[in-house]
Amino acid sequence: MDAATKGAEVAHEEHHDEAHDQNYLQYEPGIWNWLTTKDHKKIGIMYAVSLALVFLVAGVLAIMVRTELVSQGETIMDADTYNQVFTMHGILMVFLFLVPSIPAILGNFVLPLQIGAKDVAFPRLNLASWYVYMIGAIMTCAALYFGGVDTGWTFYTPYSSSTGGGVIWMTSAIFVSGFASIFTGLNFIVTIHKMRAPGMTWNRLPLFVWGLYATSIVQVLATPVIGITMLLLILERTMGIGIFDPALGGDPVLFQHFFWFYSHPAVYIMILPAFGVLSELIATFSRQRIFGYRAIALSSVAIAMLGFLVWGHHMFVSGQSAISSIIFSLITYLIGIPSGIKVFNWVATMYRGSIWLQTPMLYALSFLFLFTIGGFTGIMVGVLAVDVHLHDTYYVVGHFHYVMMGGSVMALLGGMHYWWPKITGRMYNETLGKIAVFLIFVGFNATFFSQLVLGAKGMPRRYYDYVDRFEALHQISTYGSYVLALGLFIVLFYGVYSMFFGPKAPANPWAAATLEWTNVAALPDPHNFVRTPLVTRGPYDFHLADEVFGSGDGVGDGQAASLDVPEPAPAAPEPSEEAPQNA
Amino acid sequence: MGDQGTFWLPEAASTIAGEVDSLFGFVTWVSTILFVGVVLAMLYFAIRYRRKSPGERPQPVKESKILEISWIVVPTILVLLVFNWGFKTFIKMGVAPPDAYEIRAEAWKWNWRFTYPNGTTSPDLYVPVDQPVKLRMSSQDVIHSFFVPAFRVKKDVLPNRYSQVWFEATRTGNFDIFCTEYCGTAHSDMMSTVKVVSRQEFNDWLASGGGATDDMPLPELGELLYEQQGCQTCHSMDGSPKVGPTWKDLYGKPDHPMADGSTVTADEDYLREAIVEPGVQIVEGYQNVMPASYSSLSERELAALIEFMKLNSKYAEEGSDG
Repeated sequence: MDAATKGAEVAHEEHHDEAHDQNYLQYEPGIWNWLTTKDHKKIGIMYAVSLALVFLVAGVLAIMVRTELVSQGETIMDADTYNQVFTMHGILMVFLFLVPSIPAILGNFVLPLQIGAKDVAFPRLNLASWYVYMIGAIMTCAALYFGGVDTGWTFYTPYSSSTGGGVIWMTSAIFVSGFASIFTGLNFIVTIHKMRAPGMTWNRLPLFVWGLYATSIVQVLATPVIGITMLLLILERTMGIGIFDPALGGDPVLFQHFFWFYSHPAVYIMILPAFGVLSELIATFSRQRIFGYRAIALSSVAIAMLGFLVWGHHMFVSGQSAISSIIFSLITYLIGIPSGIKVFNWVATMYRGSIWLQTPMLYALSFLFLFTIGGFTGIMVGVLAVDVHLHDTYYVVGHFHYVMMGGSVMALLGGMHYWWPKITGRMYNETLGKIAVFLIFVGFNATFFSQLVLGAKGMPRRYYDYVDRFEALHQISTYGSYVLALGLFIVLFYGVYSMFFGPKAPANPWAAATLEWTNVAALPDPHNFVRTPLVTRGPYDFHLADEVFGSGDGVGDGQAASLDVPEPAPAAPEPSEEAPQNA
Repeated sequence: MGDQGTFWLPEAASTIAGEVDSLFGFVTWVSTILFVGVVLAMLYFAIRYRRKSPGERPQPVKESKILEISWIVVPTILVLLVFNWGFKTFIKMGVAPPDAYEIRAEAWKWNWRFTYPNGTTSPDLYVPVDQPVKLRMSSQDVIHSFFVPAFRVKKDVLPNRYSQVWFEATRTGNFDIFCTEYCGTAHSDMMSTVKVVSRQEFNDWLASGGGATDDMPLPELGELLYEQQGCQTCHSMDGSPKVGPTWKDLYGKPDHPMADGSTVTADEDYLREAIVEPGVQIVEGYQNVMPASYSSLSERELAALIEFMKLNSKYAEEGSDG
């Protein structure tokens, strides 16, 4: 049905349900109640707002970097400013955006809903995590006030021991915000172990939950190392204890070991939840069981474990011993295999499915395209001899943007569109959504494929200026980034519009089969489920999911289907909410 | 191997470059084939199985063990092949031939200096063609990295230990040296050139001590040192500010503003101190980033630099009168 009739119908329902229904957004309104809420859904939204702000700032910084590089010499800023701008872009994107992103926003909102729980295991710890994160963000602002940081996001010593007034504040901010990450990880591990609904066995966990589980393990085990490293750096700068600075008898390469011991696993903190989101999107919009469910679930855990053993592949030319480099290269390949398996499985899931090309699915397909390039370029930089040439060039910059932006951010955008109706209770504009995804896809490739070529040709990264022969490719990259930015601003625009004026969403607009869609109201109850659900099938068993086709189908699909009216879902709260109108 | 290189790679001018390029090409082609396969399968499924009615309930597809095992085993074989190849070439890159000619390389913010066995120093790297050359490198301050794209070699230059890199140039010409470890303000200006010349030319150049300077008039020597010592990285001669203040019209400038609010006259004594002990007085609007290493310049060299500044200053006339 079209939007108008749907709107009318929903309005009608509203009168109907007001008496006994209450949703989590109406429950305990007001700013103080929000700031002290222990509801995982509201904390997820608070994280979403904070992270959107960080993403906006870091994105604007990226556009400034690209604009500076559009031509040789000084374009809009001097070298010192440029160094601070790309440093802040990296730090904000990595530590304050990508690391928390999917777990803190979508994980917080969706995880308890997907496993049939009332909340996470430790709701107060969950709220504390947001406050700790905000303290980290404020300390970042302090770092800017006290002279800024120009070290690159990697803080390599001895450069970082000698420069910039803001380094101590910045490293402290990373130390502090690490705890937010640990709190979230701890919470998720316990929640997944202890709070699953009856019948929700490990083999019936949605793959997003598996992804978050693997992520949480890495968060809890790896994050303390970056905390310790930052603390050592602070001790060196304030008290002159020689740990990394050769002038004080330290070893600068030791810092690189410490740094990558966290920061490589951190890459998996950023990508594993994205894998989880992707499994949800592909399964729902293909209406097909995930091909190789067990392989995908276990490969995430395998990646989480192996991820700790490959940090040295960032250091092939640092002067570490050749034997170390060789071993790290070998293990790096072993970790590439599970990622490859996932891509093959996702594509195979589409086989004989019923593929519905809505915006979230378009993000999922973009992910498959971009992440595969990211994976293959990752294999390339893992080849010892070739990495010697490519290390610290734009090839590496291109590679990790294909993985981090083409992977994590695409999955986050896809996930935000997918769960948007559940979070806000409203639909976004599908046409604008498709236009935006197209612009983002084209802009992204123009921006970063040209960087792959630049890097292979020898353009070093973190360069304020460059020689003649790189200018044309830099220009392509810059213009591409404008297209990419335009796409993202369109998303921002229709997202905000939808929050206030979007048509009301039905409970299950995508005809998905996981609990947050089948057993939860359009806008969730403050306590998620009116009655604890009983799980009787796998998360993607559409052929067994009669309740999906009974209550949700038709509304989001545009047309009511003339299906047999099925049995109510086990403990489904509103078995016939949509059915009368559709029939 | 053309001068222009390929779509992906720059020109190749060392013995190891060919091997790296074949490996790069192999990985690129295998990746492209697999990538196209994945994308075509994805697009085909998206079109072939596109949802036609909202009520569609496809039957679940049975998982195929053989398929799953094959896409574990085949990629594993491929990556092990690539690993092995990369490993062998990496070892070759790491071990210099015993007859390699050794040159010392020093890096500091933001310059390179190459010292030859006979004591000759040069900001550019002169090497003979078809001769293995080994660089023993160290840094005076932070970590830098020595990168010659045309040779496909790169190695970090560390402050607390020597690192080394070797290559054998296969043809004459000039090739860029980039610093590829971020080192601050003028990181992107920390460039130099490898000048690959014939053995005869190299021997002549070396015998002349990289161009004799003893008989040179002071202003000319100053100009040479301006390039050789890397002054040009931070100090322009055209009046534009770079990392440091410009040298144009600097000599004799009457009210040269300092960061502490005072002004000085930029006479010989001030300039000498600014070179030898750059941290004592900082010019307004600039950072205290100039390395102290210039204190090792000889008196003759200092005088030459100041003479060179004098030549390029409009204040020089009045200064000499007084």
